[in-house]
Amino acid sequence: MKAFEVVTEPIIPQLYADYVLRPEAGAVTLFTGHVREWTKGVRTLYLAYEAYVPMAEKKLAEIGREIEDKWEGTSVAIAHRIGELQISDIAVVIAVSSPHRKTAYEANEYAIERIKEIVPIWKKEIWEDGEEWIGDQKKKPKEEIV
Amino acid sequence: MIELHYFAGIRVLTGIPKESVNFSNQTVEDLWKWADEKYPGIRNSSARIAVNEEYALPSDVIESGDVVAFIPPVSGG
Repeated sequence: MKAFEVVTEPIIPQLYADYVLRPEAGAVTLFTGHVREWTKGVRTLYLAYEAYVPMAEKKLAEIGREIEDKWEGTSVAIAHRIGELQISDIAVVIAVSSPHRKTAYEANEYAIERIKEIVPIWKKEIWEDGEEWIGDQKKKPKEEIV
Repeated sequence: MIELHYFAGIRVLTGIPKESVNFSNQTVEDLWKWADEKYPGIRNSSARIAVNEEYALPSDVIESGDVVAFIPPVSGG
């Protein structure tokens, strides 16, 4: 495994927690993001994630550096899975260790917010009656008018 | 020549995942104009352009051999 990676196989969270654990750490937060079945009343059958892999891994590492600069003594590992994912599968794992728990929680949340801003990964929701790339703005203005 | 990569909703619009085109010593802004002519609507997609795996500014110059990606709004996590 790498500390910042895009993977196609199921994610094993413990690997990332173990990776960031160090003698000076008093806390490790381990966040796992899962495929949700219901979003605003619409049932998802499964998701398909796609990434611009080399850039995505670079941006994940950048987020790790941002955190380590912002919160002294932290260590970070992040993995995102791509391909077809079923309901409840783990899509993303973020592990942060720090000397104290408050920082580990804050930094972990910061990581997921940044992933949603800068990491080139996209999800397609597949429903019973169709599918759509989420984040694709093409249809949004029309929907907003409706 | 430069290499262009299209992802997610942008790939649906272009119909192809990537292509090589003759384009060099022009800016990202010039590329937007070129792309919008070839793929009408691409400019209104809220996509960003990345050059060699970094988000680029409209004034950045694209050189021969660069790898350019159209990055629609991301939705990971």
